[in-house]
Amino acid sequence: MRLLIITVAVLIIMSLLNPGRFLTYRNFASMCYQFPELGIFALAVMLSLVTGGIDLSVVSAGNLTGLLAALILTRAAAADPSGPMLAIYFAAAIVAAFAAGILCGWINGVLISRFAITPILATLGTMQLFMGIALVITRGHAVAGYPKAAQFIGNGTLAGLPVPLLIFLLLACLVQVMLSRTRLGLHLCLVGTNPVAACFSGLDVRRLLSRTYLLTALLSAVAGLVIISRTNSAKADYGSSYLLQAVLVAILGGVNPRGGFGSAWGVLLAVLSLQFLSSGLNMLQLNETIGPYINNFTKELTWGALLLLMMVVNYCCGRRRAR
Amino acid sequence: MDRLSRILHRHEFSLAAVLVLLASIIALINPAFLSPSNLFDLCKSSAVLGIFALGVLIVLLSGGIDISFTAVAALSMYVTSKVLLAADYSGSVIVAFVVAGCLGLLLGLFNAFFISCYRLPTLIVTLGSASVFRGFLLAFIGTKIVTSLPAGMVDFSKRSLFATTLPGGETIGLSASFLLFVAAAVAVWVLLRYTMLGKAIYALGGNPEAAERAGFNIVRLQFFIYGLVGFLSGMAGMTHACMMRNANPFDLVGTELVVIAAAVLGGASITGGRGTVIGTVLGVFLLVTINNSLILLGIPSYWQKVLVGLVIVISTGITARRNPRALHGVAAS
Repeated sequence: MRLLIITVAVLIIMSLLNPGRFLTYRNFASMCYQFPELGIFALAVMLSLVTGGIDLSVVSAGNLTGLLAALILTRAAAADPSGPMLAIYFAAAIVAAFAAGILCGWINGVLISRFAITPILATLGTMQLFMGIALVITRGHAVAGYPKAAQFIGNGTLAGLPVPLLIFLLLACLVQVMLSRTRLGLHLCLVGTNPVAACFSGLDVRRLLSRTYLLTALLSAVAGLVIISRTNSAKADYGSSYLLQAVLVAILGGVNPRGGFGSAWGVLLAVLSLQFLSSGLNMLQLNETIGPYINNFTKELTWGALLLLMMVVNYCCGRRRAR
Repeated sequence: MDRLSRILHRHEFSLAAVLVLLASIIALINPAFLSPSNLFDLCKSSAVLGIFALGVLIVLLSGGIDISFTAVAALSMYVTSKVLLAADYSGSVIVAFVVAGCLGLLLGLFNAFFISCYRLPTLIVTLGSASVFRGFLLAFIGTKIVTSLPAGMVDFSKRSLFATTLPGGETIGLSASFLLFVAAAVAVWVLLRYTMLGKAIYALGGNPEAAERAGFNIVRLQFFIYGLVGFLSGMAGMTHACMMRNANPFDLVGTELVVIAAAVLGGASITGGRGTVIGTVLGVFLLVTINNSLILLGIPSYWQKVLVGLVIVISTGITARRNPRALHGVAAS
């Protein structure tokens, strides 16, 4: 509820500061292509936070899976196939991406559940590892140029709505239903609240944790596909700034970083408010008086300040309720 | 005999063994590894990473985690260089280090305020403050690289101990920045081993509740910890600027995870309460050796990340296996 107020407040402030520019169809259309990638990563981070861990490897896993798909797609562009052959190439690219995603998630899951490595460390290591593998495959170069049709996922529209937005909304719904309506979701929250208690009440914590990191890696794979399709290229170190932003969005979205609670709606609102903020600040650069002080770094400053502020507000409200 | 076996079973011992093994393998493949100039180079490259890692060790011991220290370092290093240049300062480098350290201290206290007064998770606070510091630095202070540093700082980068000139005319020596790392390591070692504050840090990491009941003032302790880490980061930032002979506001940020990896590799437990200075120093040396020796071994440098990732995963895996707290696959987090 608090988050909804903040999101609407940001929307109103930005509309007032940018009269005639912010509340336009064009602005909203361009925003709808920008935030879904971050939103999907944030969903993945949120899931890992719910179980009391954290997945720092989401962005590198997304890049690695996207890269594999991109390699197949560039082959397709070189062969210039038509009709059914093109479809086979696409299917192969998507299957490769998901297979790589499953493998990444499986590695994380094994490290965390079998070897009992703290999630933050395990995923810190695999983050380097996945990015390293992508670097070894590409030797640091970008992979670019696929068939035109491949840009549909990242740039196309379906029934007038941008495809990335639809993918994000679909995933958000799935995650929300999973968390609030299924046994698996309930178990994940229980593990996050108190892993020892969950274990003693008969939950298979190991299997639940493995599944969590499998899910986060699959979500990352989808984000990877969206990214390579939108930018029409793939590179080992794309979107490295997404990692901290994704954590920020998940926290803003009301996930308890100590585990146990979280919702996809929170993530949706948080990513929207961040996008309003950053698009609004972008437009403010046109403003004569404060324009010169606004740039990408001001945005970074605002995000950090927002995160700290949000945490303090949550703390104060929590204390008032406790009294 | 008992004592010997205890030493043999310590994490530090296995780490040292791995380091020696790795060094011998590299030396066998390429004898240039053991040349004095390469060894001095390794020491030099470990200075900044090492000072950072000592700060991270203290935070990890207290059960927290800090990822804003590189942003703190970049901010204090850049601001100090700019201020000294504006003041036309040309004296000793010590003033530069003191100013950078104090700036770092202030930024560290900023973290401590949120962490101790609002009891917020350290990961989240430092995540937020990292982007606040970096955003502030780049948006309001500047984005241009300062290439003409004050004379004192340039002097410091050239100063070295045991300097000898090789027959080829090349001068080699132990760089002064490495001595700074050694001094910081000794200071932190004394702090952790012989002072009440050190015991308090271990106690806080072991069990915050018990530490509070034992009479430690947690709020004051956390202010001390994060202030000290800020101070060390400021020093590390300054060292980096001196060694690079320029102040680049885009530097350093992005290396924080490698530093944490070095501390963890050295046996510091991320859940707090366990870790030693010797282990951390060995961890730093191990990472620096791997990073710097790939070229000597003829391995393309794009393999670097894969190797570092593997080292982190394997070493944390081994440490976690020994952890008695890992109950039924539940990693204490």
